[in-house]
Amino acid sequence: MLATIGPDTWWIIILAWAITVVAIVGYAAIVIRRGKRLSAQVPPDARRWM
Amino acid sequence: MTDMATTPGATATHASGAMPAPSTSSKGTRILGAISLIGTALVLLFAFVISKPDAQLGESIRIMYVHVPTVTAAYLLMIINAGFCAVTLWKRSRFADTMAFATGQVGTLMLALTLITGALWGRVTWNAFWVWDARLTTAALLFLMYLGYLAVRSLGGPPEARMVRSSIVGIAAACLIPVVHKSVEWWDSLHQGQTVLGKLKPEVSGQQYTTLMLAMVVALCISAWLVLHRFRLSWLEDQLDDVGLDAALEARRSEAAGVAINVGGAK
Repeated sequence: MLATIGPDTWWIIILAWAITVVAIVGYAAIVIRRGKRLSAQVPPDARRWM
Repeated sequence: MTDMATTPGATATHASGAMPAPSTSSKGTRILGAISLIGTALVLLFAFVISKPDAQLGESIRIMYVHVPTVTAAYLLMIINAGFCAVTLWKRSRFADTMAFATGQVGTLMLALTLITGALWGRVTWNAFWVWDARLTTAALLFLMYLGYLAVRSLGGPPEARMVRSSIVGIAAACLIPVVHKSVEWWDSLHQGQTVLGKLKPEVSGQQYTTLMLAMVVALCISAWLVLHRFRLSWLEDQLDDVGLDAALEARRSEAAGVAINVGGAK
């Protein structure tokens, strides 16, 4: 299984990493923002982790 | 933060800074988040600077440093999801159901990234983004099963019925994990064999093995951090649903009492 190294290899490698990082950061940002908004709407004793 | 003063549970101590601002964070998640960030920086250093190209895979080994950790995290999260689904069915536990949802959602994200990075690796190695290979096809099927789980979990209806329905789908989806894992042995496959848990020896070694192991540990830390935040967010959503349900019931009771008084007055 020999790799075919073309000129676009580096772009594909960087694209793979960029998609992964952007997806994880984007998901985390959505969860944390929504968490902050909803946390402010419940009594403090409903947030037992704080 | 602007709506804090007008929302139930918002207190002056929050605004004055005596308590931390309301969020899904805790000391534990902040430490885990810091470890994940530092680990990610280290993985990038190892993957792009320290690790040498592979003799067979060439530079495309650098995609493996993200592809293998994401699939490992996805498998692990889906197995944990199945465990929590079983506990949900057995105990009807809302905690287990919420944990199952959090692990299922983060696991599906990790599997989506596995499929995308795998397709990009396929473009470099096979000159095709997709082939109907046993490993790729079963992994895509697993992804669709978990999308189904998330869809069923998001359906309306009584919470208990929702728990039961989604847990059954979650356990059914997890049954496909061994098939995906063993697909490269059971069928002729273009996909390489097991990279880390192979029967003979690791197919990668030295710096590449170190980089891969580090990336896997970091992917697990990131997954745990995401699951904790997602669990707490779902917990808050459930709390607010309960408050809304209680308010609706109270309004209905008041309405019914008002009707009874009017009927009594009319007599």
